[in-house]
Amino acid sequence: MKIFIEKTNKNMNKKFIGTVGKLLSELKINPETVLVTRSNELITDDIRLKDKDNIKILSVVSGG
Amino acid sequence: MKCSKCSDKAVFQNPNLCKKHFIAYFENKVKNTIKKYKLLTKKDKIVVACSGGKDSISVLYLVKKFVKDPVAIAIDEGIKGYRSKTLEDLKEFCKQNKIKLKIYSYEDYFGASLDKMKKLTHLIPCTICGTFRRYMLNKYSKEYTKIVTGHNLDDEAQSIFMNLLKNNLEISARLGPETGLIKDKRFTPRVKPLYFCTEKETIAYSLLMGFPVTYTECPYSSLSHRMFIRDSLNSYENKRPGFKQTLIDGFIKTLPKLKKHFKTKVTTNSCEECGGVSDNKICMTCKLSKEIKNKSLYKNKHNLNT
Ligand code: SF4
Ligand SMILES: [Zn+2]
Ligand SMILES: [Zn+2]
Repeated sequence: MKIFIEKTNKNMNKKFIGTVGKLLSELKINPETVLVTRSNELITDDIRLKDKDNIKILSVVSGG
Repeated sequence: MKCSKCSDKAVFQNPNLCKKHFIAYFENKVKNTIKKYKLLTKKDKIVVACSGGKDSISVLYLVKKFVKDPVAIAIDEGIKGYRSKTLEDLKEFCKQNKIKLKIYSYEDYFGASLDKMKKLTHLIPCTICGTFRRYMLNKYSKEYTKIVTGHNLDDEAQSIFMNLLKNNLEISARLGPETGLIKDKRFTPRVKPLYFCTEKETIAYSLLMGFPVTYTECPYSSLSHRMFIRDSLNSYENKRPGFKQTLIDGFIKTLPKLKKHFKTKVTTNSCEECGGVSDNKICMTCKLSKEIKNKSLYKNKHNLNT
């Protein structure tokens, strides 16, 4: 799965199957601080992801 | 997860709403806040204080729906790689939406950018930044009756907490959807239409509306106490969802009492140097600019009397 993390401007490839919520907890990201998109569509924590998905983790905390 | 109002897929959770219903929910919340707290009236001459970040672009867009010809004002602190970027987004947005934009910079007014000031002192940049920005905003908004800001529920919760930790209830008394303790000609009141919108809701709104915003973080934010509080509140929110909202709801209830209590303490003193409002002989802006000037890498500035 392709994952982009906006806050750290990091792209990564990760083997993962499971919900958005589980992905965030694996990445140790507080769900309160991000919004997640799949193919640029906002998705909720209960959505099950597939390995071919293109995920962006957008930061909602303003920086300054 | 389904939308709680229709059978479409939810794009947001807590509340669970689809795109259409989320946009309506967000805009209604802002509209109700403006109405309930009488933040904007037909008679008002409005200026919107913008940073170029997602909050300020959303608030600018919404204010334009409610009042005729709002003007946008931005303060360019001179933070390389950060403010320069957010201001680009803002310029683009204002151009597209035919909004008049005025930008004032530290470089022009104080004679040095924040980056330069940071190199000259040991002060935390946020201390200088906040004080000077407030000062300039107030100075350049004299002809308006209200300054609209993009402050949201998270910002307010952080401020309340920070003041609590500093044992400074008096500053908290000045918070609220409309700031200040009394009507004071020397200050243009600030109003916060996004008061009850969380940061997450605000970003979701700007994404769903397709506003042009690049993510950037101020390079100095890690030095700021506010960011520490922000992260702590968000950790707690994760364990106790709804905590920030409860905090604000409680605060709003006590706010009228707080305002009443501290009203009598409002100072009518003026700064001996610049004539601005100040509790002390010399205001914070004069004090800080003097301190930086004494480090002497820049000269001749803070020409407050010209
Ligand atoms: S983080 Fe500090 S220095 Fe950066 S914009 Fe915010 S107040 Fe200014
Ligand atoms: Zn719906
Ligand atoms: Zn002064």
